[in-house]
Amino acid sequence: MNQEISEIYTEEFFVNMGPQHPSTHGVLRLLLKMDGEVVLDMVPHVGYLHRSMEKIAENRTYYQYIPYTDRIDYVSAMFCNQAFCMAMEKLANVPVPERAEYIRIIMVELNRIASHLIWLGTFSLDLGAITPFLYCFREREKILDLFEMVCGQRMTFNYMRVGGVSRDITPEFVPMTKEFVNYFLPRVDEYEDILTQNPIFLSRTKGVGLLDQKTAIENGVTGPSLRGTGLKWDLRKDEPYSVYDKFNFDIPTGENSDVWDRYMVRIQEMRESAKIVQQALEKIPEGPIKTKTAAVFKPPAGEVYVRIEAPRGEMGFYIVSDGSPKPYRVKIRTGSFSNLTVLPIISRGWKIADLVAIFGSLDVVLPEVDR
Amino acid sequence: MWSCRRLTGENMLELGQLFKNIYLWGENLFTQWGIPLFWLELLGMLVVAVIILAFMSLSVLFLVWWERKVSGHMQSRFGPMRTGWHGWLQTIIDAIKLILKEDTTPETADKIGFLIAPIIVFVSAFMAYICIPFGKGLIVKDLNIGILYILAITTFTVIGLLTAGWCSNNKFSVLGGFRSAAQIISYEVPLTLSILGVVILSQTLSMQSIVNSQKHIWEWYIFRQPVGFLIYIVAAIAEINRVPFDIPEAEQELVAGFNIEYSGMKFAMFFFAEFANLFLVSAIATTLFLGGWNGPILPSWIWFFIKSFFLVFVIMWFKWTFPRLRVDQLMGFAWKFLLPLAFINLILTGLLA
Repeated sequence: MNQEISEIYTEEFFVNMGPQHPSTHGVLRLLLKMDGEVVLDMVPHVGYLHRSMEKIAENRTYYQYIPYTDRIDYVSAMFCNQAFCMAMEKLANVPVPERAEYIRIIMVELNRIASHLIWLGTFSLDLGAITPFLYCFREREKILDLFEMVCGQRMTFNYMRVGGVSRDITPEFVPMTKEFVNYFLPRVDEYEDILTQNPIFLSRTKGVGLLDQKTAIENGVTGPSLRGTGLKWDLRKDEPYSVYDKFNFDIPTGENSDVWDRYMVRIQEMRESAKIVQQALEKIPEGPIKTKTAAVFKPPAGEVYVRIEAPRGEMGFYIVSDGSPKPYRVKIRTGSFSNLTVLPIISRGWKIADLVAIFGSLDVVLPEVDR
Repeated sequence: MWSCRRLTGENMLELGQLFKNIYLWGENLFTQWGIPLFWLELLGMLVVAVIILAFMSLSVLFLVWWERKVSGHMQSRFGPMRTGWHGWLQTIIDAIKLILKEDTTPETADKIGFLIAPIIVFVSAFMAYICIPFGKGLIVKDLNIGILYILAITTFTVIGLLTAGWCSNNKFSVLGGFRSAAQIISYEVPLTLSILGVVILSQTLSMQSIVNSQKHIWEWYIFRQPVGFLIYIVAAIAEINRVPFDIPEAEQELVAGFNIEYSGMKFAMFFFAEFANLFLVSAIATTLFLGGWNGPILPSWIWFFIKSFFLVFVIMWFKWTFPRLRVDQLMGFAWKFLLPLAFINLILTGLLA
C-alpha cells in the first residue's frame, strides 16, 4: 500500500489568471505556478492597457495634455489633474488663488472617498460578499452627481487648470455637499457593520498577506498599503502641499500589516476625507478661482517633480521642459505600479483565494499601472 | 356509473385527498372497463412523474425570480422590473434564451462525460423529490427508508460535478470539480449525523412517520434538536454550494468553477438543479425539524410551502450578507468543528432519548 502511495506522481501546474478574469480588476495577467490550491510563484504580466501616455505628452501642448491625465487613473481622475497642474504651476511659478486651492481640495477629497468606495466594493466582491458593492455604488453615485454639478463630467473631469480650476462651484454645491457628508458618515458605519467584525471576513483577512515594512519601503509601496504596515507616511502631512496644513485630520495606520489592516486604513481614510471636506466647506474663502495665464503656456526651460497623495499611493509628475509649448519629457509615477511589485512577494505560499484577497487589498487600478 | 365509492367527504382543499379521490375514481373506471389495475398504476406513475417535473420547474422558475427580487431589495434596488408585473416573466425569458442559445462543446472536452454530467446532477435532484411529503398524504412514495434514500440519491450530485469539471478539460473547472467533491463529501458527514438525532427521537426513517411524530408545535424537533437543526442548515448550505460555502463556483477565484465551459441548455440544467436542491434542502429541514406539513387551520400543503419558502428565504439572506470562506477554512470548519459538535449532539440525544 505504501509502495503504491509513494508512486503517485504530482507536479506543479501553471495557470493563467487573466487578462480576462473577474478579480484581476481589469487586464492584469498573472502567470501562476500552482501546487494544487497553493500559489508557489507568480509573474504579473502588465502592459495590456498601455497607451503610451508619456510619449503622447511629448506631442501635445501642456493644456492639451490635461484631459489625458484623466485617463491615467479614471477612478480618481481629480488627483491626476491636480498633480499635473501642480507640476506646471511649479515649473512656471504660477500662483493659485486660495479659493481655487479649497475647491481643489474639496474635489480631491470627495474623489478619494469615491475611489475608496470603488475599492471597498470590489474588494468585498473578491471575498464573495456581493451586497457591500451595491451599497458602495449607491453612495458613489451621489459623489458623481456632485462632480457633474460642478464640472459637467462624472468620471473624466478635466476640471483643473494651470493656476486654478475651470469653473467655480455652483451656489447649491456647498449645502448639497454638506448634506452628503452628513449622510455619508453613518453609511461608513453600515459598511463596517456588514464586514469589519464578520467572523468569515476576519478569517479571510486577519493575518493574510503580511507585508512587512522593510519590503514595502524597498519596493516603493506607498499610500494606504504602506500605512497598513504601521508607517505614518502621508504626503498631506509630511510634505503639505496645497492648503492641507490648514485642516485638522488624522493619518490612520495599521498594526499587523495584513489585509485587514489595509482594509481598516482605507475605511478610516474615508472618514478623515469626509472631515476634510467638512472643514473646507466651512472655511472656503471668496475670490477668484483662476490666475490668468497665457493662451499658449510656455514654461521656462527646466525640470520639475511634483508628488501628491493619491488614493493608491504617491502620484508624481516629472516634467522636463525645453521652453517650448510642449513638454520635452513627462514621466508619471503612480502608486499602483509600485504596489503591484510586492504582490508576488507577499502572496507566495498562500492559497489562490488569498491571492484574490491580497490583490484586492493592494487596490491596483490597471490603467494606472500601464499608463 | 360515475359514483365513487369510498369517497371521503373530508376537506377537499387537502391536495392529498384530491389525488386519492382521483385515483379511486380511476380505479372504479378501470374495474368497470375490465382493464387490469396494473395499467392504472403505471399510468399513475407517469402522471406523478410529470407532476413532479412540472412542480420542480415551476418552483425553480419562482425561486430564481425570488432570489433576484430578494437580492435586489437587500441591495437597495428593485431587481427585474421590466418583464411583466415586477418582472415575474424574467426567468421564463431567461429560460427561453438559454434554450435557444448555441450549445457549445469544447474541442478538447470528453464528449460523453461532458454530456452526461448535467444529466446526473439534474436527475439526482429530481429523484430526491419522490420522498418529500408535501402535505397530508401528498407523497409520491413513502419509503420506509425515506431519509436514507434522499441522502443517498443527493450524493450523486458530486459525481456529476466531478465529471463536469474533469470532462471540460479546463484547469479552472477541474479545480472547481475537485473543490466541490471534497466539500460535498466532507459536509455529508455532519449532515447525516445531524439527521440521525431526529431519527433516534422519532425511531423511524420514513418521512411521513417523522412528520406524524411532530403533531404539536412543542413536538417539533427544532426545539428538541436545536443544535442538530443548526448543523443541518450549515451543512446543507455547503451541500448545495451556496454562499458562504460557494467555493466550487467561486467567481472571483475560478471564474465559474465546474460549469465554466457549459452553455445553453446544459448550463440551464446545472442552474435548474442548483435551485431544485435549494428547495430540496429547505423541504427536508421543514420535514425533519419544523413539523413538516403540520399546522392549524390552513391546508397542510400550504403550511409546508410557507415553512419551506421561509427557510429558502433564510438561505438567500445568508447569500447576500456573507463573504466566502477559503477552501481550507471550509474543510477545517467541517472536520474540526461541525463533526465533533454533531457527534456530541448525537451522543447526548442517544443518552437522553
